[in-house]
Amino acid sequence: MTILTQRPTTRLSDPQQEDQPQAPAHAHHPDVRLFGLIIFLVADGMTFAGFFAAYLTYRAVNPLPVNAEYELELLLPAVNTLVLLVSSLTFHRGSKALMASRMSTCRGWLLLTAALGAAFMAGQMWEYFHLPFGLTDNLFASTFYALTGFHGLHVTLGAMMILIVWWQAGRQGYFTAESHFGFEAAELYWHFVDGVWVVLFALLYLL
Amino acid sequence: MDVQHHTPWHEYFGFSLDHKVIGIQYLVTGFFFYLVGGALAGMIRVELVTPLSDFMARDTYNQVLTLHGTIMIFLWIVPVVNGAFGNYLVPFYVGARDMAFPRLNAVAFWMLPPAGFLLLSSYFIGGAAQSGWTAYPPLSITTPAVGQIIWIISVLLLGGSSIFGAVNFIATILKLRRPGLGLFQLPMFCWAMLGTSVLVVLATPVLAGALILLSMDIVAGTGFFNPALGGNAVVYQHLFWFYSHPAVYIMVLPAFGLVSEILPIHARKPLFGYRSMIYSILGIVFLGLIVWAHHMFTSGTPPWMRLFFTIATAIIAVPTGIKFFNWLATLWQGKLALNSALLFCCGFIFNFVFGGITGVALAQVPFDVHVHDTYFVVAHFHYIVFGGTVFVIFAAIYHWFPKMSGRLLNEHLGRLHCLLSFLGFNICFFPQHWLGLNGMPRRVAEYDPQFQLVNQISSVGALLLAISTLPFLVNVLWSAWKGAPAGDNPWRACTTEWLTSSPPPVENWLREAPLVTEPYDYGSAEDAMSVTTVRGRELWSAGR
Amino acid sequence: MPIPASVLTLAAGILLALISLWVGQNINLMPVAAADDATTVDALFKVLFSLGVGLLLGITAMLVVALVQFRRRPGDHLDGPAVEGNLPLEIFWTAVPAIVILILGVYSYDIYARMGGMADFNHHTSMPPPEVEQASLGNPADPETVIWGGIDRAEGMAFPVEVTAMQFAFIFHYPQQNFTTGELHLPMGQPVELQLKSNDVIHAFWVPEFRLKQDVIPGQPTVLSFTANRQGDYDIICAELCGPYHGGMRSKVVVEDPQSFEEWLIRNTPATVATAPDSSRTA
Repeated sequence: MTILTQRPTTRLSDPQQEDQPQAPAHAHHPDVRLFGLIIFLVADGMTFAGFFAAYLTYRAVNPLPVNAEYELELLLPAVNTLVLLVSSLTFHRGSKALMASRMSTCRGWLLLTAALGAAFMAGQMWEYFHLPFGLTDNLFASTFYALTGFHGLHVTLGAMMILIVWWQAGRQGYFTAESHFGFEAAELYWHFVDGVWVVLFALLYLL
Repeated sequence: MDVQHHTPWHEYFGFSLDHKVIGIQYLVTGFFFYLVGGALAGMIRVELVTPLSDFMARDTYNQVLTLHGTIMIFLWIVPVVNGAFGNYLVPFYVGARDMAFPRLNAVAFWMLPPAGFLLLSSYFIGGAAQSGWTAYPPLSITTPAVGQIIWIISVLLLGGSSIFGAVNFIATILKLRRPGLGLFQLPMFCWAMLGTSVLVVLATPVLAGALILLSMDIVAGTGFFNPALGGNAVVYQHLFWFYSHPAVYIMVLPAFGLVSEILPIHARKPLFGYRSMIYSILGIVFLGLIVWAHHMFTSGTPPWMRLFFTIATAIIAVPTGIKFFNWLATLWQGKLALNSALLFCCGFIFNFVFGGITGVALAQVPFDVHVHDTYFVVAHFHYIVFGGTVFVIFAAIYHWFPKMSGRLLNEHLGRLHCLLSFLGFNICFFPQHWLGLNGMPRRVAEYDPQFQLVNQISSVGALLLAISTLPFLVNVLWSAWKGAPAGDNPWRACTTEWLTSSPPPVENWLREAPLVTEPYDYGSAEDAMSVTTVRGRELWSAGR
Repeated sequence: MPIPASVLTLAAGILLALISLWVGQNINLMPVAAADDATTVDALFKVLFSLGVGLLLGITAMLVVALVQFRRRPGDHLDGPAVEGNLPLEIFWTAVPAIVILILGVYSYDIYARMGGMADFNHHTSMPPPEVEQASLGNPADPETVIWGGIDRAEGMAFPVEVTAMQFAFIFHYPQQNFTTGELHLPMGQPVELQLKSNDVIHAFWVPEFRLKQDVIPGQPTVLSFTANRQGDYDIICAELCGPYHGGMRSKVVVEDPQSFEEWLIRNTPATVATAPDSSRTA
């Protein structure tokens, strides 16, 4: 057994911390929030995986009634997919701008990303209102609305997070090139939502 | 410098960020719901004293069994074995001052009481859910909707709490380890919590998804699981068991970890087969994710699926067996202190081996076809979760109460509690195997009169189990108030939670966190005085 | 001269094996076996029982010996030996259970195949004709005509009975004679095939004396084929929670010799019923 006694740099009584008495007592460990977010996104992804598995099972074994409506238009969703993919790109450009400490450029890209997210949701809504089937019409319809609806909820949440980050980025020194957890978290979440959409698009519209 | 030694009492009722306070909050809340769930179990056993449905209304009986299952799993065992002991011990073991995300931790705990009381309240507003804790559709779609929806909401809340907890454990164990402390130097409980948390993260969201679809079926009139609307009732079962089988491991893996901590200390020997213990945890985690359909052998699953799930399920017995052989080898030639903690662990070994044997039998499709959904299964899973995990929870309370409170529990009352629990448990559940083999299905309020005597024996066992909690309650309440002072390290242990005061200060150690790279460094005494005692004293002074 | 420990261990092992074999073979926990499959399942159960008893007794004995022999004596503050593992021992107790489990798996697979559990259910069900346009993209067959699961035989010569489960009763329809009863009658020694359907929620059809159980799932027909081989009345029990009266959802199966069964069939077929004096009066 080995006993190592390190220099007491992380102690409460540390003089460096005493001039910040309001600093939270638990804050002196490495920042692992992004790691935590990744684990949470794995969990979130498993929810989608469960939905996808149910959808694929239904396709394999449960036929629809003979007169069921299940045709989907491809053009609008394809454009929507492109919109989301571009929005991932714009967020990434915003991140680049943040790294270069060009805050106004960064905020511009953020606003554009949020707008693209809103455009995606608008497209989704338009599709909802023009589909030939409703939520309870048949199994495919229900699955379609459940999957896209659950994803839409994620997009809405993500867009709201982007707006919050946009607002925070406007405050002097809130995000810096070194310290920007909120920004990074929103970006990771947004990429995740986009990635899920690509799978969802492939399964629902293309397969 | 003024560091708080004692946590003020009101901290335990508030939004505390201290992992030790949160752990105790989980423990006490969980125990409250254990008493509620136990009272419900008592009602079930009273109903089954006679073959007729004469103690309560039939739909009330179904509500009671649904609440009993849901409360015991989601509000007692999962929160206590993960939330309580995980939160209390993991930061100590990794040499951290708290969990990685203390605020998330507190949020996860505070999701528990509302969910629990919401679930209980459903009984008073239109009746609780009555489709069992499995909530199989179409039954759960056709029974009264209010109770079922409340059930879904509270299970979603509890699942969310569980996921938040798991995120915290994974981050804490992987990222917050004290410098110099390697993964393969961690106490076994950390590995158990790591494996459990991986299962929670991968499996719980699938249950959440299934419940969201189920609630749409109930509220919005969709037909995902409703064959009358073109849906498929068995898809729900797949999604449900994809979580709920791993849930068994979510309930027992931490218990395995706790036993691995408790036994070496009271046997004064190192944990036998440290590496193989870790590999068996990893094996159980992997296999646990691919065995769910063994709950569905009679659900019209295709033959290839039954074959695959039979073999996968039976193979889990191998890593589980390794753990039990290792524990026996840990006890062998030790210096066993026959105290409550060790005796409860031994009770656990017997009960769990019993439950494991019936589990291997249940994995064999031809046998399962006969006993599926009978009292044989009821007996089996109570041997696993009650005889297994709950016994370990009590062992852990006897082991860590001195650390949590600074006072020792009374050993006479503790051993009485252990004896009564062991007898009551086995009298209650052992006869149920015979009931199942001979034709008594589970979840029934009335049964064939030929089973009356055996059911009465079982009910007597349940009564004994209820009585067994009395010495425990008296013991805990009395000892917390007047118990003998425990001292910092009453068990002469060398894991890090014992290398500080009892109860520990707010940030666990007043000085630098001690580095223990060999958590089971007992034995090898060459001089009269145990080496660990000497080393423990050195470590203790280092930590203090 | 003291007896060497290895000899004692060996003797204990042999004794343990003998006890568990005897217990497994001679203690009967199962109800009467009234179908061919029941005898097959009981053979497996005996093996499982012997193995289980042996393992439980062995581990309990080790536990008790450890608790007695290695208990800490008063005043002894020494630790035990610092044994941290034993690789050959660990390999042994990994490999032996693994081999036993695999052999057991093969054996129970064999039993299940003999019961008909691995048969192709849809050998006698014609697939829907291709000209019927199925609406689904994946184009699966109509679920109501597919057998989703159960226990079946390949011969397809079994006597068919349609079983309908509903809250809270089983109804039996004899398609060849076209009549319906609330009590299942079966000929002894002749293969039968129950075709199970549910009208509302999931039920399960279970006859403990046959050792057979099959969920009855709405929208997903299942089958259960077997040969009853012992005369008598047995309970049919619903084994899946199906509502408030689940515990009361029972029926009866009467296994008769083929001759009485034929007579019962004739008595109950509608043509015969119509000519019976009392029913002609009410008709």
